[in-house]
Amino acid sequence: MITLAPGLYHYLIIAAILFCLGLMAILTRRNGIAILMGIELILNAANLNFVAFSYYVTRTLGGHVFVVFNILLAAIEAAVALAIVFAIYRHFHSVEVPDVNIMKG
Amino acid sequence: MDIATILHTAGFYFFALLTVVSAAIVVFNKSILRSVFALLFTLFGIAGLFLFLHADFLAATQVLIYVGGVIVLLLFGIMLTQKVVEADIRTGKIQFTPTLIAMGILFIFLLFLIFQTPWSTGGEHAQFGNGTTAAIGTLLMTEWLLPFEISSILLLAALVGAVSIARARRTNE
Repeated sequence: MITLAPGLYHYLIIAAILFCLGLMAILTRRNGIAILMGIELILNAANLNFVAFSYYVTRTLGGHVFVVFNILLAAIEAAVALAIVFAIYRHFHSVEVPDVNIMKG
Repeated sequence: MDIATILHTAGFYFFALLTVVSAAIVVFNKSILRSVFALLFTLFGIAGLFLFLHADFLAATQVLIYVGGVIVLLLFGIMLTQKVVEADIRTGKIQFTPTLIAMGILFIFLLFLIFQTPWSTGGEHAQFGNGTTAAIGTLLMTEWLLPFEISSILLLAALVGAVSIARARRTNE
């Protein structure tokens, strides 16, 4: 099933590791920009899966086109989220997510 | 096993190791600047893995947009919001161990799913001919034309939205 030469399973396992690490960054980091980096890791894991399936399973270029849109969305998301981080920094003079708690009862 | 196969396999494991190790540094390193530069190597590693999957256009796009755009954007964000001399971020001590355990369980679950699912990988791999760029361009202009046009509207909306959120409020309002 799993061989030394790279196959579909190798790419899926790498993507699973990247996904878990990205989720780990989102859940444990306190800095807003570090949370953004976790989101980038998760998006890259998804992209790797798309391209691996496109090569090994479907053998068409649909997955590649989807990854193009995904990269576009990741760039948009980084720009807008960093704008939000700047707005938070102006209000609270901190980008630590636990400091943003004015709606906490 | 000839020399080309050995080199191919060794290259794959080099990029895989580069990706995973630098992603771990992104998550576990205390300094945010080191995290960003480790993320740079992760993205390069994924671009290399794209090359091993015959996705030449996507590898180039990955380097151009992620390394040239997103990393620079993140660095700008750090420079503008931190004192660079003491730019280190704490890792949430309270959630760290439970999250590590939960992620381990999630990873084992994902491995179970990966090996349980009968992927139809039989037969030969995809043959994309002389590169994928022309074929992706044709697909974007025919089959995926509507998403392509909508994404340009999305880009415009994100441009306006990012500027209006990040702009400093006027004080005399």
